[in-house]
Amino acid sequence: MSETGILTGSHFMNGDHACAEGAIAAGCRLFGGYPITPSTEVAERLARRLPQVGGVFIQMEDEMASIAAVLGASAAGSRAMTATSGPGFSLMMENLGLAIMMELPCLIVNIQRGSPSTGLPTLPGQSDIMQARWGSHGDYRLAAYSPWSPQEIFDLTIHGFNVADRYRIPVLLMADEVVGHMVERVVIPEAAEIPFWDRKRANGKAGETFHPFEPGEDLVPPFAHAGEGYRVHFTGLTHDTRGYPDMSAEMHQQLVRRLVDKVERNSAKLEMSDDYEVEDANILVLSYGSTARSARRAVREARELGIKAGALRLISIWPFPEQAFNALADQMDAFIVAEVNLGQMITEVERRVRTSKPVSGVHHAGGAMLPPGPILEEIKRVAGHA
Amino acid sequence: MRAEIRIAGFGGQGTVLAGYLLGKAFSLYQGLEAVMTQSYGPEARGGASSSNIVVADREIAFPFVERADILIALSQEAYSKFKDEVQPEALVLLDTSLVTAQSGEKTLGLPATEIAEQLGHRIVANVVMLGYLCGSWDWIEAEALEKAIRTTLKAHTVELNLKAFQQGLAYAAEKEPAT
Repeated sequence: MSETGILTGSHFMNGDHACAEGAIAAGCRLFGGYPITPSTEVAERLARRLPQVGGVFIQMEDEMASIAAVLGASAAGSRAMTATSGPGFSLMMENLGLAIMMELPCLIVNIQRGSPSTGLPTLPGQSDIMQARWGSHGDYRLAAYSPWSPQEIFDLTIHGFNVADRYRIPVLLMADEVVGHMVERVVIPEAAEIPFWDRKRANGKAGETFHPFEPGEDLVPPFAHAGEGYRVHFTGLTHDTRGYPDMSAEMHQQLVRRLVDKVERNSAKLEMSDDYEVEDANILVLSYGSTARSARRAVREARELGIKAGALRLISIWPFPEQAFNALADQMDAFIVAEVNLGQMITEVERRVRTSKPVSGVHHAGGAMLPPGPILEEIKRVAGHA
Repeated sequence: MRAEIRIAGFGGQGTVLAGYLLGKAFSLYQGLEAVMTQSYGPEARGGASSSNIVVADREIAFPFVERADILIALSQEAYSKFKDEVQPEALVLLDTSLVTAQSGEKTLGLPATEIAEQLGHRIVANVVMLGYLCGSWDWIEAEALEKAIRTTLKAHTVELNLKAFQQGLAYAAEKEPAT
């Protein structure tokens, strides 16, 4: 272990542990959580690892308190996170809005399981996709990423903290049980090679004239951490640039517009995706998380049958990878969306396909990884090969 | 090349640890791609438990075992449950201390639990089986598995596990336990 506590080297590690190591490598120093299957191993590992690097692990009384602890640490200047699954994610929704409103960067990890309610604690699902986008009340934008391997959980945990800090937003890591529990090679780089985007910090004169929510040109206010000497006031109420409540329609419009715009204007930088066999493809399979692994194999097998299928993997599920999709959409005759829910991301694809080209779904309510078979069958059906 | 391996038994027999050691040896020390998934009931001990390893020389997309090329059964229940979910020419390895093969089925076996008990602790029967697998299947390099044992297990258990591994390996070579 290096002085930074980073476990540089190659490991055979599950996704949950890779998430914990990504957090250590990103400089996260507080975890507030309430362990829940299948995310428990994230908490378990950080309970051991955080004290080794001078960090704090707090097991809170529930998930509402967990995210509150994370927001407090963030306001005080620490990188902070929590990890949960469906039921806990639901409980975190109110304070997710608080993170948006107070512009407190943090990482919220959801290792998705079969839902609704208690559902299938130990088995996979991908049914919190729309909740990640719309789960808290009000208008807001954030970033959410969906990894497909333990290595990518590690990488996106680091990236998630960087994005959160740069834009002062909560970032969601929307993994699923398959990726959280599967064990694969994870390569952890040297400390110097780990990307680090610091928060834009306040450097003005403390006092009456300092306004902690005065945004810069990028619409992101320089961060004045609690305890640095600046007068800071954080509230979930609509507030002015001093952070003081202002109950007017004008201020509300101005604030909420800015909170949305600071993300929307940077949407292109937040989008992430990768593609497979798309060059001459006329059928596009869209998927994310563990399902993208099955989609890749289905596309490979379709190619062996002479069908020109390709795959687009959504790494950022929010924002939807608009640029990558638009670059491919015209050449396609049909779109297939594969996901472990009964139809969530497919609605985002449908509203972007403004032609009569068919959009079809391969869906399953959860409890098992979507295998390649049904995706291949749908590709064959769409291609007229059935 | 691609192979699917299932190690199945009861919780507490170390099926997951055996799968982890095997996957780690392939993935970190033999330059191959490997992924391990696991399946277990809510009980800490006694429930059905299995680990599944896919190994290949290229990217592994679908991570689960569909039809095993190799089945290692550490309990009668696991053998009955999985013996038909294997490839036609699958290698089926049994701990004959605990499992009796169905007549007419082609299997290999060694009394792994008895060998482990002679070494001092039945808990290493899983690693005896790994040694036996290593000696029966040429994809695994003994050095890679030994390195996985050394880098994974608690220091005071390494020697016992290396002995267990060697016993399984020797049994495969001689079809009788080395003394």
